[in-house]
Amino acid sequence: MTMTMIQGVITVAVVAAGTMLTRFLPFLVFPESKQPPRIIEYFGKVLPYAMTGLLVVYSLRNTPILTGSHGVPELIACLAIVALHLWRRSMLLSIAGGTIVYMLLVQLVF
Amino acid sequence: MTREERRGMRLEALKAAFPLTVPIALGFLFLGCSYGMLMGTKGFSFVWPMCMSAFIFAGSMEFVTVNLLLSAFNPVAAFLLALMVNARHLFYGLSMLGRFRGLGWKRLYLIFGMCDETFAINSATRIPEGVDRGWFYLWVTVLNQAYWVTGATLGGVIGSNLPFDTDGLEFVLTALFLVIFLDQWLGAGTGRRGRVSAVVGVLASLACLVAFGPDDFMIPSLIAMIVLFVLLRPRLDDLHEGDTGDAAATAGDGDEEKETTR
Repeated sequence: MTMTMIQGVITVAVVAAGTMLTRFLPFLVFPESKQPPRIIEYFGKVLPYAMTGLLVVYSLRNTPILTGSHGVPELIACLAIVALHLWRRSMLLSIAGGTIVYMLLVQLVF
Repeated sequence: MTREERRGMRLEALKAAFPLTVPIALGFLFLGCSYGMLMGTKGFSFVWPMCMSAFIFAGSMEFVTVNLLLSAFNPVAAFLLALMVNARHLFYGLSMLGRFRGLGWKRLYLIFGMCDETFAINSATRIPEGVDRGWFYLWVTVLNQAYWVTGATLGGVIGSNLPFDTDGLEFVLTALFLVIFLDQWLGAGTGRRGRVSAVVGVLASLACLVAFGPDDFMIPSLIAMIVLFVLLRPRLDDLHEGDTGDAAATAGDGDEEKETTR
């Protein structure tokens, strides 16, 4: 570590503070005691779906499309998850199945 | 409510919450462990990953912070970077404003501990009949944070690489998000609005990923989404002021209806 201990602790503290600001800000701006504006309620209804979509893309963002395995293991594993989920609708089965397929592909095939 | 009943209520909520967190346990123990080991190999004591995972509790930002600690001291830049990397949390808050209403002391911790995975579970799950909403959310949040802190601390203690081949195990969290996405898509209460919203989220972030690259696409995606939702509001927001709230307009929102009846 190039910093002193105190500088390190301060760095961790400001990162924690910044993170917490992003989590608490909506609740500070729209406190429980007040009815939020209509448009905020509208965002509250559409954003959960959109954010899950964003998280799927976010978690796959570093998939190499033009190089290496061209994202084939990711594609196959995702298709396996969709198929498993349509078949059984069991969260644990779909997640375990997809992850095992992915691990086998990257360790043994690609 | 008697003491016994309160305990029963907490136990019911734990029984409903725990199975949903099992994949996260696997992902967080593994990723937390790799994060702790990364810090170990850079010469940090396990106390660092332990405290950072407990207080920052935002996975990707903790990995970034390791690099910050290894470069010149610049707290202002560190603060701004944390805001940018975690800007998506603003949208989690907006999504959960209504659902966290009236939860008293639990609310503070629920907001503090709302990482991606906890948000995904808490926002997407239809809580079973008879299970206390506050305790369900709390258990999901506590369990997920416990997995992460345990993993990070263990990794810090081990401080070197795991003895078996874990290549690809990180995919468990991708799988989790995809399965939650599918569950929302197929859910009985989702309706047209939910599916259109899901498509907006995927297309906006895919377009920004292509345009800005994997390191800089988050903020543009969030902005693009808000712009699109404002533009689509006349088509998606079916309860304008003055509306009498006819049955057809609200039929697509099972979980919101449930919320209001609580």
